[in-house]
Amino acid sequence: MLVCRDGFGDSLVLEGRVVDPTQGIDELLRVTVEDGVIARIEPSGASAASQSGVLAPAFVDPHVHLRAPGREDEETIETGTEAAAAGGYCAILAMPNTDPVVDSASVLRALVERARVEAVIPTGFMAAISKGQRGEELTEMAELADAGAAGFTDDGRPVASPGLIRRALQYSVVAGLPLALHEEEPALSRDGQMHEGAVSAELGLAGYPALAESVMVGRDLAIAAYEYRPIHLMHLSARESVEALRRARADGVRATAEVTPHHLVLTDEAVRSLDPNLKMNPPLRAEADRFALIEGLRDGTIACVATDHAPHALHEKEAPFEEAPFGVTGLETAFAALLTHLVLPGLLPLETLLERMSAGPARTFGLPVPSVAVGERANLVLIDLDAEWQVDAGGFRSRSTNSWLLGATLKGRVLTTVADGRIVFQLETGGARLGASPRGDRREPLQETAPALRGSVR
Amino acid sequence: MPDIRLVHDLRPPARPPIRHLLAISDLSRDDVERMLGTAHALARSLDRDVKKLPTLRGRTVVNLFYESSTRTLASFELAAKRLSADTMSLRSAGSSVDKGESLKDTALTIAAYDPDVIVVRHPHIGAPKVVASVTGAHVVNAGDGKHQHPTQALLDLYTMREALGRLEGLHVAIVGDVLHSRVARSLLEALALVGAQTMLVGPPTLIPRGIDAMGCSVSADIGAIANADVVYVLRMQQERMLAGAAYVPSLREYAAKWGITPQRVRPGQVVMHPGPMNRGVEIDPRVADSEAALVTAQVRSGLVVRMAVLYDLLTSGPVEVATVAEVA
Repeated sequence: MLVCRDGFGDSLVLEGRVVDPTQGIDELLRVTVEDGVIARIEPSGASAASQSGVLAPAFVDPHVHLRAPGREDEETIETGTEAAAAGGYCAILAMPNTDPVVDSASVLRALVERARVEAVIPTGFMAAISKGQRGEELTEMAELADAGAAGFTDDGRPVASPGLIRRALQYSVVAGLPLALHEEEPALSRDGQMHEGAVSAELGLAGYPALAESVMVGRDLAIAAYEYRPIHLMHLSARESVEALRRARADGVRATAEVTPHHLVLTDEAVRSLDPNLKMNPPLRAEADRFALIEGLRDGTIACVATDHAPHALHEKEAPFEEAPFGVTGLETAFAALLTHLVLPGLLPLETLLERMSAGPARTFGLPVPSVAVGERANLVLIDLDAEWQVDAGGFRSRSTNSWLLGATLKGRVLTTVADGRIVFQLETGGARLGASPRGDRREPLQETAPALRGSVR
Repeated sequence: MPDIRLVHDLRPPARPPIRHLLAISDLSRDDVERMLGTAHALARSLDRDVKKLPTLRGRTVVNLFYESSTRTLASFELAAKRLSADTMSLRSAGSSVDKGESLKDTALTIAAYDPDVIVVRHPHIGAPKVVASVTGAHVVNAGDGKHQHPTQALLDLYTMREALGRLEGLHVAIVGDVLHSRVARSLLEALALVGAQTMLVGPPTLIPRGIDAMGCSVSADIGAIANADVVYVLRMQQERMLAGAAYVPSLREYAAKWGITPQRVRPGQVVMHPGPMNRGVEIDPRVADSEAALVTAQVRSGLVVRMAVLYDLLTSGPVEVATVAEVA
């Protein structure tokens, strides 16, 4: 179940290069939205020269930490969904590792009620697999499902007991919802601070080997195969995990997976800077792992890009690397980071990226699949592929600024996001809030493309 | 922030003045040679009756220690005093750190007094970098977690050169718990910088995976130290033997397999140890007290090398031997 603020659908006309991988569309079109529903799709009169304006199904993020309840100083439902809207998302799933943990129907119902007031875009709430995420007893899954849970996960920590995972898989039939797993063998990751390899050996930071993930992936794939129940593997980071998943899927195991933008772009080499905004769990791994993740995303072994948006208070991330908490933000930079570092260098086709950020996660979690089709609720994102901008701490809608991209220059900007028929984000031209304003020398191309990107509210 | 004027700059002009000593990787080979040369010149002053030099009069050196330390803190304090700098040492126990103050705030508080140098020891990797990023002082890393302890590496190079007359081509075997040792990491980098060869010897559970990428060889066999000119023994920390962290089955077995006994030391080899020693564990008392052991020479080198580091950071130039001798 996805919830957001009540409201009426907007009416608008959007024009540009429509790229909808679910329907194989890639052409210049004019899309008319009336009262939140796509009413007409017609050939566009705009010239082919203005192809930098891309109109696509809006994104779905299956892995967001909204921090509510408990750490509203880091993020709230409102600021988190505003950040998501600015990133081009029309739906997100929030993780249950809050304080208190979302492990009972009463906590979940309270969250859903708050989301009806605060959430800018449709938001689903995952519930915990085990009570208090302690990995001992199952939560009341059926009741949680009735209260509107979007799925189950103990994200943030692994389910250490294979017995409990097996029972959860068996019992989740009653709830009919997906089970998402944080894959980490704690006896191997221990007090690990970064990927175990040459860089950790040199820096002296405790190593968190790729093995800690891949042995757990192996265990859970075996259990899923035995029970013939679906599992979803969260934030994969290791080559061995991708290979095991590919083999299991070929054998008919019902397993899906997600990968984060930072694991697709960076390696453990980046940690040499000892910047706490490069500390996350799972950690950044080696180049071979990164390439395996890109290949997995390309061939569909990995169906979803997930940000694992994990806001942290500034003072907690200003500490020495070893003291800082794990996690980085990502909602507002995900598309631009992957366009800049995967699509533009030729590592991933644009339409594959758009699919893995939208239809892939939506299908995996049984959510409505955004598509550009007449009669559908409008879930659209308008992007300027040529716009260049700098990521700046002052520009985030998120309440936290622990981005791994602070100071980076990225290509590709979300101009407009329409979620469930409503305009939830429009880039302020000139003094844009996200990132500093577009750089002076880049103003002109933005204006050039403007006529084709006409997105007017009627 | 003091205005840095270069009087005698031997470095290539493109290289900016050294602001901090956070890791050996902050240094070039020329920097190391210059600092060791300065230390050598300063060592003469230690032979005098009046051991104090006026070189850093009016400068302030703050030692900020978040970890217990005897030799490093004493050595930095004395080094600053011998150069006539004002010095102040803050320990985490009994300070506002006990009240939960963050490292950033402690650093800002100290920085408000405009110290010229802040010497930092901290249990967590990257702490000196945090101090360097929020203050205008030169920061010297006196040990951060398992990461780096650059002045220890410099004093070890100094001791080796004084004892053996050279560094280039020297063969050094580092024995023991490399995994948890910032001393080993700094020394490994420093030895590579000056053209010495390094071999790591110890239980495979205590040699970090991937360390060979730093340009050293690795062996589990204590017999491999036979070829070395220097046997560098690391401290075997008792806490590594606790339940759940048992990197070796017992200290007894460690001592039997990797302890440096008289039988394992070849004539002509020198033995070094950063201290404090666990006699009877990583080093046999007969070796520790033998002629081959340079342990007290290391402590003595620590003083002059830290004087040289403070001098170098605050003057950014080579020492003039004559001047030092005269002003004393």
